[in-house]
Amino acid sequence: MKLAVVGAGAVGRSVVDLAGEYGHEVVAVADSSSAVVADGSSGRGVGVDPDAVVARKAERGIVGDADPADALAADYDALVEATPTTLGDAEPGFSHVRTALERDRHAVLANKGPVAERFGDLRELVADSAGDIRFEATVGGAIPAVSTVEDIEPGHVTAVRGVLNGTANFILTRMAAEGLDYDHVLAEAQDLGVAEADPSFDVDGTDAALKCVILANVLSFGAADGPADAREFTLDDADVEGIRDVPGSALRLAAEDGRTVRLIGEATGETVRVAPRLVPENGTLAVTGTQNIVQIETTHAGRLNISGRGAGGPETASAVLGDVGRLE
Amino acid sequence: MSDRRDGAPEGAGDDGDDATDPSPDGGHASATPSTHTVRLELVDEPGQLLAALHPIADNGGNLLSIYHERGNKTPRGRIPVEVDFEATQERFEGIVEALRSEGVNVMQAGTERYAEEVTLLLFGHLIDTDLSDTLSRIEACESASVADVSLAAPQGTEEASSARLRVEARAGETDAALAAVRELAEEKELRLVEPLMGVEA
Repeated sequence: MKLAVVGAGAVGRSVVDLAGEYGHEVVAVADSSSAVVADGSSGRGVGVDPDAVVARKAERGIVGDADPADALAADYDALVEATPTTLGDAEPGFSHVRTALERDRHAVLANKGPVAERFGDLRELVADSAGDIRFEATVGGAIPAVSTVEDIEPGHVTAVRGVLNGTANFILTRMAAEGLDYDHVLAEAQDLGVAEADPSFDVDGTDAALKCVILANVLSFGAADGPADAREFTLDDADVEGIRDVPGSALRLAAEDGRTVRLIGEATGETVRVAPRLVPENGTLAVTGTQNIVQIETTHAGRLNISGRGAGGPETASAVLGDVGRLE
Repeated sequence: MSDRRDGAPEGAGDDGDDATDPSPDGGHASATPSTHTVRLELVDEPGQLLAALHPIADNGGNLLSIYHERGNKTPRGRIPVEVDFEATQERFEGIVEALRSEGVNVMQAGTERYAEEVTLLLFGHLIDTDLSDTLSRIEACESASVADVSLAAPQGTEEASSARLRVEARAGETDAALAAVRELAEEKELRLVEPLMGVEA
């Protein structure tokens, strides 16, 4: 497939870098201010040179000399939307996806905003388009959460829960293991690049909540007879508590009793909840460090657990490229 | 379940041990002993099993079998034991009562569950917001009682502290008990860390 990649952060760059390995060709790349579009004049195999894109981005802060709009207008089969997640109207990501669908092209999202905040709008656009959307990379990075739920069929999934934010999990793991307090471990996480300078999105539970909202939409729309019968979820429907004020003493008390605390997100077709929860210390959900886990409760297939890397450029790009493969 | 139904005419004479059954066609023969299974949770210490069996024998239960799952542990790290005995329905209820009053945790009796337990954490200004009032108000809630409290106040009483509570709830009322604690926590601006129910694996 011919891909246009919008967004040149860690995920976008990894998609550009790895697409060839998966048998796809990148014909355009855009970041917020620039773009490069393959001229395609001689027909086959004239994609964008991934190394040149990465080098230009590193050296000059741009991906090419073209305008971002040129990438959106390029001759691609699927648009990869990997711009940063925005809330509310989820722009500009939402418009990028709309452009692709209105041109009857597919869109693959790594950006959580449009699927979490405007799922109903996206479904309407898909209904009128020959293109489709996929968004595996928005939930749990490399973990195939969305496609597993789809394979089981949302009507046969009663709940999806898990640890969906590596930063919060890293902090809770280190606090429990080292007996350190939140501020100390956060500083350590920032030094290691595990937490951002402003960690609010992760430690306040917003990121995990967006992922659960997306799962709730998958469950709700997947189980409904038609889109009109489905309940749409947005971040406002989520009940969210973060880990910022969890004291070290609470983790010690939990450990004395063979338990620990994890930031657990839960989605059903009716509710979305993210909160620190007590779980058995050696239990399945008590993954350590930046690991994520997704646990799926089903009506006929029992409980499924999938753990793995919930973030990272190549890891998330592998989910994006898996989606691209499913659209072929 | 006992497979000894009412005596079929052909077999009536072969053993005679059901001769006491006054109502061969069922009825509510509460005087007829039937087989019961209880699942107990024992601390892994000498004498615990014997202590748990006494209330059964002393209250008219006829012990049939004991399955001591030594290799297994309950989520609280205790040993599950399954005991089968014969007793009339009336005596069975007395036996379960007696077990509980001896402090034995009856996890399951027949199909009914007793004394569900949840462990939860509270943190915040526990001491400033009157911990003993918090606990007695949980106790006052009909569906719950506080079995155990551990407090950690590493920075003295002025700063935020944490408590681990083991709350016992009546059969099927764990959700109500948790809701009551949640409401109380909200009122006192304490943070509650709930367990993930039903996900002990």
